[in-house]
Amino acid sequence: METKKRLGLTIAPLQYWWPRTSLVQAYAELAEGPVDTFVLGEVTCSRRNEFTLLDWLALARDLVSAGKRVRLATLPLLMSEAELRQLRRIIEQSAEQAGFAVEAGDAAALQRLAQQPERLPFTLGPHLNIYSRAALVEHAGLGADTWAAPLELALDAVARINPPTARVHGPAGAIQTEVFGFGRMPLAFSARCFTARHHRLSKDECEFRCRDDADGLLLSTTEGQPFLVLNGISTQSAALHCLIGEGAALRAAGVDRLRLSPCSQGFARVVELFDAVLHAGLPAAEARAELQALPLPGALVNGFAHRQAGMVEEVSHV
Amino acid sequence: MASPAPHHKPDLVCPAGSLRALTLAIDAGADAVYLGLKDATNARNFAGLNFDDAQVREGVSYAHARGRQVLMALNTYADARDDGPWRRAVDRAAELGADALIVADSAVLAYAREHHPELRLHLSVQASATSYEAIEFYRERYGIQRAVLPRVLTLSQVQHVIRHTGVEIEVFGFGSLCVMVEGRCALSSYVTGQSPNTAGVCSPPAAVQWLEGPQGVDARLSGVLIDRYAPQEPRGYPTLCKGRFLVEGERDYALEEPTSLNTLALLPQLIEAGVKAIKIEGRQRSPSYVAGVTKVWRQAIDMAASDARYAVAPAWSAELARWAEGQQSTLGAYERPWR
Repeated sequence: METKKRLGLTIAPLQYWWPRTSLVQAYAELAEGPVDTFVLGEVTCSRRNEFTLLDWLALARDLVSAGKRVRLATLPLLMSEAELRQLRRIIEQSAEQAGFAVEAGDAAALQRLAQQPERLPFTLGPHLNIYSRAALVEHAGLGADTWAAPLELALDAVARINPPTARVHGPAGAIQTEVFGFGRMPLAFSARCFTARHHRLSKDECEFRCRDDADGLLLSTTEGQPFLVLNGISTQSAALHCLIGEGAALRAAGVDRLRLSPCSQGFARVVELFDAVLHAGLPAAEARAELQALPLPGALVNGFAHRQAGMVEEVSHV
Repeated sequence: MASPAPHHKPDLVCPAGSLRALTLAIDAGADAVYLGLKDATNARNFAGLNFDDAQVREGVSYAHARGRQVLMALNTYADARDDGPWRRAVDRAAELGADALIVADSAVLAYAREHHPELRLHLSVQASATSYEAIEFYRERYGIQRAVLPRVLTLSQVQHVIRHTGVEIEVFGFGSLCVMVEGRCALSSYVTGQSPNTAGVCSPPAAVQWLEGPQGVDARLSGVLIDRYAPQEPRGYPTLCKGRFLVEGERDYALEEPTSLNTLALLPQLIEAGVKAIKIEGRQRSPSYVAGVTKVWRQAIDMAASDARYAVAPAWSAELARWAEGQQSTLGAYERPWR
């Protein structure tokens, strides 16, 4: 039996408003686990102020001292000058602090990164729309070291874009591939806050009502099928993408890292289960059964990995 | 910076899903039309729509004979399995005499820049460039000469972008409204497997099902109930973000009401901001939609750019209302009533 390549585990940026104490506790717990990389920062709404950039930087330093790698994420949707200023601060901080990298949320971040006097390590974030090898080559040229593939991209496409046998190279060397492996999927972004809209509040006087929804606010169809989730300006899937049974396909596609997106309950166990299946031989079916017994906010799906509708669950041959 | 440039009349850029729509748009006063090829390389990839090479040639010659322009939309993302159609579409645009390409994918921009440096490039709305920094990224690397802004910015944000970039700015004036940032929405692929980015479609007709039941008429998309209408209720196309859903027990248009963008009232401000072109949405709409909407916007732009006092004529509003989705219209993000 050939030795299995280790898949790195990345904690995706927190999508929700969590109270400071729960947030700090959740990250402290995750720091003890098998995860090696954390993506930190506010990626949904620039109005959220429970955890400021300074707070994220302090947490980032703690994690780096604990031997973890840290990326500072920039917003996927920038509309105001204030948001651009925040973007510049994030990149400056990353340049000043050894051990920090940037995860570029949009083209404005790429532009700022390209203007740095010294090349910074950075990841091409999942919302940058890299759907072909030629597009990855274009972006690799900017000095990225990691590519987080778009959520809707199938694994067969990932395999074509950055195969293990013919890596895309840039000034930072061979590009690593990271794939979204667990959690509710941020599917769309808007200028409008849907949480505020639901509460009949304006965006600028939203009372930060998204703090009541640790996993977002469920939207169901008229016949009661859980469908989407409102999370401020972001619309997510109600179901949780889960590639715990896809270890072989992920390795074959040249995936180096899996990205796991935090939910409010059971998440530390989710991370352990991914590690156990990918690296310690726990059968995926067993892990999946345990996942289904955890108090997760939705059903498990994996359609996007298989070039199907994202809300579909395709049972793989484990 | 020197004194502000004098305001000039923005180009009226109109949709052409067919040769018939193209000629009607030109006859009604469009300065430019935009069109796509009959494949997944453009974001209105619908059966019976779009152009083959002979039709593009004919359209270009019709437009050029009247001093107007043809822009080719090549605004989806090249497929990892075969990016040949996107490369060939660039070659075809150059060969067929298109005046500019509207592109979202950096790989397609790079190809056009390298192989057809004379081709004018416009950054598609699907590239989600919402700030001047993002626009500069594309200008520095690919020499884009115009960017189409996503329909999420307020008027003051549009003004701010224009003040900080040398790239021409095009904005949407009328048509169906995406409440999500274009190029950043995978809702359709979540439900149907096909999205604007990958397949050039949103909520594709093949996935739509209308079913009559005891509780009314159900509009489903890949089986998911998007809306349910009472027998007498007017029905709209089940674009998935425009359905009625339950949130905390309350049934409502939880994301967006079926409504159209209409910025006629803001036209003088848009012109004053220095907008270079106004885009009308709707390559999937009928030739009569194109003719009717183009005619109104031609008159409006001419009036707004003249010395006459600008006012939205009741006849314009009446004509546009005929074509608005759900017979309602909104100023969208420009005025941001929900802010």
